[in-house]
Amino acid sequence: MPRTIIEKLWDSHIVHERPGAPTLLFIDLHLVHEVTSPQAFQGLRERGLKVRRPDLTIATADHSIPTSDRSLPIVDKIALKQLDQLETNCGEFGIRCLGVHSSQQGIVHVIGPELGLTQPGMTVVCGDSHTATHGAFGALAFGIGTSEVEQVLATQCLLQRKSKTFQVQVEGRLGAGVSAKDIILALIARIGIGGGTGSVFEYTGSTIRALGMDERMTVCNMSIEGGSRAGLVAPDDITFEYLAGRPHAPKGAAWDAAIARWKQLPTDEGAAYDRCLSIDADTLEPMITYGTNPGMGVSINAPLPEPSQVADPMARDSITKALAYMGLEGGKPLLGHPIDVVFIGSCTNSRISDLRTAAGLLKGRKVSDKVRVMVVPGSQEVKRQAIAEGLPEIFRAAGCEWREPGCSMCIAMNGDQLSPGQYSVSTSNRNFEGRQGKGGRTFLASPLTAAASAITGVVTDVRTLL
Amino acid sequence: MTPFTNFESRLIKLPLNNVDTDQIIPARFLKTTSKQGLDKQLFNDWRYDAAGNPSPEFVLNQPESQGVQVLLAGDNFGCGSSREHAPWALTQWGFRAVISTSFADIFQQNSLKNSLLPIIVPPDVHAELFAAAPGVVVKIDLPNQTLTTPGGRVVEFPVDAFSKHCLVKGVDELGYILEQAPEIAAYEAANPASIDARA
Repeated sequence: MPRTIIEKLWDSHIVHERPGAPTLLFIDLHLVHEVTSPQAFQGLRERGLKVRRPDLTIATADHSIPTSDRSLPIVDKIALKQLDQLETNCGEFGIRCLGVHSSQQGIVHVIGPELGLTQPGMTVVCGDSHTATHGAFGALAFGIGTSEVEQVLATQCLLQRKSKTFQVQVEGRLGAGVSAKDIILALIARIGIGGGTGSVFEYTGSTIRALGMDERMTVCNMSIEGGSRAGLVAPDDITFEYLAGRPHAPKGAAWDAAIARWKQLPTDEGAAYDRCLSIDADTLEPMITYGTNPGMGVSINAPLPEPSQVADPMARDSITKALAYMGLEGGKPLLGHPIDVVFIGSCTNSRISDLRTAAGLLKGRKVSDKVRVMVVPGSQEVKRQAIAEGLPEIFRAAGCEWREPGCSMCIAMNGDQLSPGQYSVSTSNRNFEGRQGKGGRTFLASPLTAAASAITGVVTDVRTLL
Repeated sequence: MTPFTNFESRLIKLPLNNVDTDQIIPARFLKTTSKQGLDKQLFNDWRYDAAGNPSPEFVLNQPESQGVQVLLAGDNFGCGSSREHAPWALTQWGFRAVISTSFADIFQQNSLKNSLLPIIVPPDVHAELFAAAPGVVVKIDLPNQTLTTPGGRVVEFPVDAFSKHCLVKGVDELGYILEQAPEIAAYEAANPASIDARA
């Protein structure tokens, strides 16, 4: 029977099945960070348990870490305690921790791939909903809660129910100024924020095949914003080329064996999905969100919806409430709307290709003096590469802040945040009320749209600057 | 875990779709290393004004909401992040069940592990509950998987058999997985790891 890659990944990780219980699934890689792990480690301590597989577990500090000068002491005492707790817990339980001062620190979903830990065919979990990022390598990767973090630490397994399979086929060529972020924002705008609930996405088609690994990670990263816990892309030569030579990638004969194994992963000819949807890349335009969830997105030139045209009362109320929070009117496009802050970063768009793209547009230009522009690389490794390519000079010359790696203003836990009422164009993944600071208002977009809007000081169609 | 028993309660109505975990508990409160004390921050940014005083118009602050154990919310409740702080905050405030037409996957799993019952009802029952008079009571019977509406309609709701067993008997999932250590060891022996993250 032909199988999808999703089913192959599932089948190869079944530890045990008991009647009347979910499947016990083995986890190949567990990524840990400071925010969702302390209560799990405490749980282990209370039960007298050890970490079963420290060799399959790695930790870093990203969510609550400052992105200012790392040689200075951390002023937020609660954040400091949490960051110290991570180091203590990892020390006690034998887990490698790429902490505040590590030369390999970074956003958990940036460092897994760049260290070569994330590999095709794996199951990958993390106490973070953007774990689907790792699906770009042909891994089954999904976010878990703290109880599950504790379970994986103790047993390297999780009780899981099989998800439905959902093919998202993207065909055609992206136009100038249109990028991976626009593909995923368009998908979420189409199916809604709950459209993929209970499913795993497989992104297929010529457009996805043509994307580099950084771009594939951007697409998979936001699967959860479409309701799906996981989203993945079958591995191919682009995947193998990215992994070759990475610190934890297989070497020598093991590499050849791995490639042979990985080539068996793609979905078999004739395999059936529970659901399929097609996106025409040729007609895609730069996307932007206007509301308070990532499904509230439109093409950059399109008018915002009019609540009066929405039939369902609760859906109408949601749009009305979102527009009121955002201080926007239905029926008009966002183009030209003034902004206060631009944030280029997050596990969605903080990789080297994102920074190159933004720098390419900003080179020789100045950002608006009305806008604060923060550029936050995803990891120390991304930062080193950016320095080697001279990108920080371009950003600084344009008037941007070049900061230290971390989640930063995507989740606004670390002091990087909007003030009440401020507008941002942000390359991150969530525009929920207060997500980037209490009362802050977020427009989600690609690094290109963010850089273009930084230059003009208003929401801008990047194609007018190309 | 304490076994989940049948109960009846009035409803708190939150007629909004897509209530995300950043609303249930904003991220800036996740710097804690404890599970406790999160009830005060439940729905923080809707619940308190700029000066930090309770906003009288928000439903949780109304006198008749005190002691209520069931939250009635719009579609796709709990979307967004994987933070288990969301069900911790809800249960610490006193909620034992949330009723909606749908729940986000991670929130649903996190809730079931914390004795917070996510109850999925069809749209007509959902509408009936939202239309119910203030102060009326619903009955929740987990062993029989039924919700009795204030109008007396008995509605079955889905719960997977294993989660129900764990809730009703107070079974701890981690304990259950630990029992399967021999099977885990056998899997590990047959599938050597391709990485060593410590090196």
